[in-house]
Amino acid sequence: MSMFRHGYVAGPLLGLLWALVIATTTAVVFSFATGGAYRPGGVGAGLLGAGLGALAVAMPRLAGPVGLILGALLAVTPVAAVVTGPDVALWTALLVGGVAGAAIGWPIASMMQGCRPGPLTRHEFEAAVIRFLTGFGYIFFTAIVAIPFYVMVMTSLKNQSELIQNPLDFSIDLSKGWGLFRSYAELFGQFNFGSYLWTSFLVSVLTVIITLIFAIPGAYAVARLRFAGRAAISRSILLIYMVPMIVLALPIYIAFSMLGLRNSIFGIVLIYPVTTIPVALYMLQGYFRGLPAEIEEAGLMDGLSRLKVIWQITLPLSMPALASVSLYVFMIAWNEFLLAFMLLDDPSKFTLTRGIAALNSSEIPRQHLMAGSVIATVPILALFLGLERFMTKGLTAGSVKG
Amino acid sequence: MTAQTPRSGPVPLGQSAETSRPAPKPPKGRNPLERREARLAWGLLLPTVAAVTLVVVLPLIAIFWISVKPVGLADLRPPVPVVSEDLRGRPEAVGDEATLRYRLRNSSQDQVISGVVLTDTLPEGLEIGEIDPRCALDGLEMTCDLGDFEGGHRETIEIPVTIGQAFADAGMELPDSPPGLTGRASNVLTSGNFTFENFARIFDGAEFWSVLWVTLVYTVFGTIGALVFGLFAALLLDKSFRGQGVLRGLYLFPYVAPVIAVAFTWIILFDPFSGSANALLIQMGVTNEAINFFGQRPLALIMVILFEVWRYFPLSFLFILARMQSIDTDMYEAADMDGASPFQQFWYLSMPQLLGILSVLFLLRFIWTFNKFDDIFLLTGGNAGTRTLTVNVYEQAFAVSNIGAGAAVAVVIFACLLVFSFLFFRFISQEEGL
Repeated sequence: MSMFRHGYVAGPLLGLLWALVIATTTAVVFSFATGGAYRPGGVGAGLLGAGLGALAVAMPRLAGPVGLILGALLAVTPVAAVVTGPDVALWTALLVGGVAGAAIGWPIASMMQGCRPGPLTRHEFEAAVIRFLTGFGYIFFTAIVAIPFYVMVMTSLKNQSELIQNPLDFSIDLSKGWGLFRSYAELFGQFNFGSYLWTSFLVSVLTVIITLIFAIPGAYAVARLRFAGRAAISRSILLIYMVPMIVLALPIYIAFSMLGLRNSIFGIVLIYPVTTIPVALYMLQGYFRGLPAEIEEAGLMDGLSRLKVIWQITLPLSMPALASVSLYVFMIAWNEFLLAFMLLDDPSKFTLTRGIAALNSSEIPRQHLMAGSVIATVPILALFLGLERFMTKGLTAGSVKG
Repeated sequence: MTAQTPRSGPVPLGQSAETSRPAPKPPKGRNPLERREARLAWGLLLPTVAAVTLVVVLPLIAIFWISVKPVGLADLRPPVPVVSEDLRGRPEAVGDEATLRYRLRNSSQDQVISGVVLTDTLPEGLEIGEIDPRCALDGLEMTCDLGDFEGGHRETIEIPVTIGQAFADAGMELPDSPPGLTGRASNVLTSGNFTFENFARIFDGAEFWSVLWVTLVYTVFGTIGALVFGLFAALLLDKSFRGQGVLRGLYLFPYVAPVIAVAFTWIILFDPFSGSANALLIQMGVTNEAINFFGQRPLALIMVILFEVWRYFPLSFLFILARMQSIDTDMYEAADMDGASPFQQFWYLSMPQLLGILSVLFLLRFIWTFNKFDDIFLLTGGNAGTRTLTVNVYEQAFAVSNIGAGAAVAVVIFACLLVFSFLFFRFISQEEGL
């Protein structure tokens, strides 16, 4: 390791690695944005990166501007950092080269910050490596999360022939205006997605309400009251939380077939809350335990009954927890697929997830499938982003389930 | 009464009634207040316990019951006798001859229905000719005792009639009252017919062991991958900078979005014919021809593991981040002064503190990945060497239409689950609050 701990070794090495990361990223971004042919030039990017890395150690201020200019200039030579295809316009190639060069130069300068041209201490070297890894991490995670969602949205706005012609072209033809949303119009018009959306919403809200009605008293009892069997109950909640749905789905399917509850929203509303009650109970009892018991005792002393104490003291105090639990339960119900898939066959009673599953056939173009996915994803993501604080808390509070 | 009060109410944290008050002896048995509290507790828990019993415990028992039953998908509908009634001979006027015909059959091809009885109210205004010897006529009420129907049995009963005035007036049509038909069929689910064939069938051959192996590989690598990526992401976000909240929200997307939406997106993204990933790889010169990501071994298994990691790293990341932010920063300053390098600080200071949450997450995620069904089912349908135990339940029960074998696989899953939960309660204390 010690041979790397030298300014003129570490700089070019990190520069080379960083340049490869940036060249790949730039190529992917431009491919996905314009549909043109871009690919990272291994040799070109490596040389540019190593050079800029060395420059960043010697003259840190120069690395950025030099990267910008050099990247643009090299773009038209065989040793470009991002190799462009013949159909890409010259100015675009220059732009891509410049962007890549700048995105190599400035960050590498800040990564090598504090690294002298001579031998480095372990501390300095590792700090530089960590800054490199951090930069890489941001790009990596953002890419793996953003790309699928980007593809989902963009595919839903295209049509079949465009998709077959160039699968990389995600550029949007704005001149089509509202025509872009043709898939959505067809889903809502012909495929009944408006009613699926409503069914999903109704089922999810009912699930939340029923779950809370059951879980609040149960959680309070487990958290506060003392009775024989409390530990056993507390453990079996966790245990039930771990029983896989597919194991239960089979008998439920049989029972529902025999009772005629299949193909009914009522049956779904009957079964969803039971899958969420243990989770909700577990999350809520953790929160109830954290509330100071003295307030409740004061209420008891002043002559309130237990139930009144729950209603007038505990519940108002646990509003944040209730919000988290409601959101989480809503998310589970909204995203639930297995039971809906097994129990619903009648297209007039589909939930959204079941409706999307029905779109998965060779006769239905896949932009419809993606439009359906967007319709199902947008409400839950919007809800989540709007109430992210509660959601994050709710997820950490007890949702190890997935 | 005062001496008992602390025992009835919730005891304040950290101090119990016994330490604050020198009570001479704890009361024996349970006093009325305690009994009331226990009654209230059970009352509050009753709805939950009842609901969970109905939907979790009963189905679990049912799974064990079904797993020793020779039951297929078709057996869910018990065999019933079916009848249709029509008037043949096209009578046109009063005095025409016609035939009242009942066609009966057994809906099942192989099961016996015993004691089949047909009852019908004959329409008014028909002159009944000679009726079948098994039938008896009482006024207009006809009762036929038809005995047992073998599987696939068909039978026709014909009664010659002559049209009377009243029937002609009614429009020559049979009234809308369907004939009644009863019969007893044994339902395989409730019969005393047991078999171990389901278990023999699923344990038979190499298939089961390959399924088990795939499940283990999927579970172990999916769990570890999600933990490692979650740890990496948590390290990235464990500092405050502008846009940290946005990134944190963004990184949670895979977990929050509906599984069906993201699974189909992956399928389309990695489509061998027109997927963007293949186009990109070909353009970058990584590969010359399109790769069938979800259709060939062992790539399909790697892809479903990657999907699992992608979808669940947010969860590990949230938990690990929450733990990290509660670590005292003084320690790092002290280590810095002592000359510990950043990697040493991570390895010797952060890791030991994160070990607790990491092991809890590992066990829980392990169990949940083991139980995972939707992801693989949607991505590959269990093809190309990705069939796990959970997918096998569905495959046996619905694709092969053998509910009994599906239940047997479910029993195996449940047994594994019991072992895991035992380990969980054994090794994971309550310290992490999970």
